[in-house]
Amino acid sequence: MNTSSPYLLELKGMSKAFPGVLATDNVDLQIKPGEVHALLGENGAGKSTLVKMIYGILKPDAGSILFNGIPVEVNTPAHARELGVAMVFQHFSLFDSLSVVDNISLGMDHDNDMHELAQQITELSHRYGLPLDPQRHVYTLSVGERQRIEIIRCLLQKPKLLVMDEPTSVLTPQEVEKLFITLKRLSEEGMAILYISHKLNEIKALCSGATILRLGRKVDSVKVEDESAQSLAAMMMGKELKNIAHPKQAELGEVRLLVNGLDLPAKDKTGIALQGINLEVRSGEVVGISGVAGNGQDELLAALNGEQRSAQASSIEIEGQAAGRMGPNERRLIGLASVPEKRLGHGAVPDMNLAENSFLTAFKRLGLIKNSLIDSIKTSLFADKIIQQFSVKTPSSDVPAVSLSGGNLQKFIIGRELLQDPDMLIVAQPTWGVDAGAAQTIRLELRELAAKGAAVLVISQDLDELLEISDRIGAICGGKLSRFYPTSDITIEQVGMLMAGVCIEEGVLNVA
Amino acid sequence: MEILIPALLTIITAATPLLFAALGELVTEKSGVLNLGIEGMMVMGAIIGFVTVHYTGSATLAILASLMAGALMSAIFAVLVLQFHASQVPTGLALTIFGIGLSALLGQSMIGIAYEGLPIISIPLLSSIPVVGELLFKHDILVFLSILMVFAVMWFLYRSRAGLILRAVGDSHDAAHAMGYSVIKIRFLAILFGGAMAGVGGAYLSLAYSPLWVEQMTAGRGWIALALVVFATWRPGRVLLGAYLFGGITILQLHAQALGIGIPSQVMSMLPYLATVVVLVIISSDQARIKLNSPASLGKAFHPSR
Repeated sequence: MNTSSPYLLELKGMSKAFPGVLATDNVDLQIKPGEVHALLGENGAGKSTLVKMIYGILKPDAGSILFNGIPVEVNTPAHARELGVAMVFQHFSLFDSLSVVDNISLGMDHDNDMHELAQQITELSHRYGLPLDPQRHVYTLSVGERQRIEIIRCLLQKPKLLVMDEPTSVLTPQEVEKLFITLKRLSEEGMAILYISHKLNEIKALCSGATILRLGRKVDSVKVEDESAQSLAAMMMGKELKNIAHPKQAELGEVRLLVNGLDLPAKDKTGIALQGINLEVRSGEVVGISGVAGNGQDELLAALNGEQRSAQASSIEIEGQAAGRMGPNERRLIGLASVPEKRLGHGAVPDMNLAENSFLTAFKRLGLIKNSLIDSIKTSLFADKIIQQFSVKTPSSDVPAVSLSGGNLQKFIIGRELLQDPDMLIVAQPTWGVDAGAAQTIRLELRELAAKGAAVLVISQDLDELLEISDRIGAICGGKLSRFYPTSDITIEQVGMLMAGVCIEEGVLNVA
Repeated sequence: MEILIPALLTIITAATPLLFAALGELVTEKSGVLNLGIEGMMVMGAIIGFVTVHYTGSATLAILASLMAGALMSAIFAVLVLQFHASQVPTGLALTIFGIGLSALLGQSMIGIAYEGLPIISIPLLSSIPVVGELLFKHDILVFLSILMVFAVMWFLYRSRAGLILRAVGDSHDAAHAMGYSVIKIRFLAILFGGAMAGVGGAYLSLAYSPLWVEQMTAGRGWIALALVVFATWRPGRVLLGAYLFGGITILQLHAQALGIGIPSQVMSMLPYLATVVVLVIISSDQARIKLNSPASLGKAFHPSR
């Protein structure tokens, strides 16, 4: 081994062009053993392209990769793993119909004893506070749980360099804390971590060095301790973040969405049953529902937007109309829009283009049908309007939804719903995987919608986000909703208790 | 008993070709490829097997030749679908039409020639058990092989690592690609296996079931095999069940027709198809099971760039 290089991994002049764009342009990067290094940048800045080259998925057009000072050519992910690189993807590489242990076994380069592996998974997952049942099938797991598989899979390989693409976006604060403890321990054990995140406070808390990319070029490499969150954001975006002015004065209007003791049995063995849901969202307010992944968020969204009809029409009232038996289109027509958590396959049809995707939810409300045919001119004008107003980065409305990056697609989907002027909007995970700038835009838009008199319900696992934008906040746990509290009167710890199903009145106040 | 045993024996011979073809297709589909060319690969297996046995007299060579013929046919399909991204459905249909035509051409001089059939293997001792021995331990090599293949495929898919990788490719080719598995190579091998098995299934028809050559002698069995795979929710054990159910009712209705029951013969001939569909639909009514076993990428083209 050549030990003359102080760096575990060194990238020199990495460039990669795709038809029409230069995704990364002459980028350098250095990581020392045991260092937690941040890779910062907006959507389309070239972060994913860069890490894909490190992991052998993409072949660089120019530049060299040095591992322990030795130039290497990483042609396949298997080769990268051999070198000691493991990666947690933003889009999970998981197989829905296989079990957790099968999935993890597939990520290893050699044959495994399945029983032994299952034991290792259970042990490792408990040690790092990422509980996982090795025999569960992936399609029954929530996004948060799926991510745990990816993380465990990497840790099992005992890598020298761990690449993490926005790992905390679906975790609870408690889980994030535990993960950070784990990551810090790993780094003390000598593992280097390349950490991609849009959350600047996380980078401040965790990383020692940072490389900032903008539009495919390296802006700078800095020591995190010398920088503030603001200065990092400024380098990343080339402009200062605009803060949300939290409107406390907002006049609350009439009740737009009312849920009365809604019960909904679980769809299958692994689903969550909703029990006695009571909820009201008034005109002009943003209500936040927090919760750990897989506690009934998906079921609640489906019950509210009409994908899952309830037994009694009266259990859900929209604008005073009993809507429990209405389907999604009827509910849309009377003003309820929704954005599901899963962008591809739920919020948008992956292989359809953006214009077609915008037609799918807007055709009734915006009248995009002429003589029983799709009014393609009106539809593409609408799609163009979304792209323009929400600065979606795409060559045209003609490209399939699947070709957009996660954050860009989210901007598009949110834009599509907002431009239909809904009276009520239900959003799940509005900014998951969206960069800081775009996330801020989306949050501002949600507040603005409420200010215009709509009722907004946000279901999210990002507590900071909920505390920032909601007027009232509650939590869902095991299919039951907690009480709701004004955001100004509640602390992060208290919300954490709600998420764990503890009643604040009985818990905190008695202790205090 | 004197009528029953021969009837049961014919059930086995009716089920065997279906079993081969369906098992092969099951493996192909588990890798995410829908090959509608089974009928064409089977009929090619049938003619090549018959021609080989006619000229060489060796049943072993004939079976091997059928296997190769089926695999070669499927290789055409594999190249078109995997290398040139041709759509799987029309390519498979074309393969069937091509196989039927080519086999008819090759078999022109074979019409009217008979073959004595595959030699029967009696397992010593076991085959002398009354009734059971006759039924279970006295068959030609392909019947034994077909049952063996059910267990081999089960073991391969659910116990071996290669089988796990194959199922993974069928579930999400993008994820498998991202992990560094060669989707194209794995699918190519799965398609070849499917073709080889269909070829052997065809050989059983012309070497054992009715040892002679007739044009289009597969008579839609390739399509039945295809349906069996779907209705068996992609599980080898259920394919076995379905194949024997189909074979059983085929033979039963033949006997019933011979006895002169007053039901139109067309309705009787329909029975095996109807019963197989009904039974397998009932078995496969559990949505969660289907979700668990059906390959999610089935029939989708794989473009590694995306």
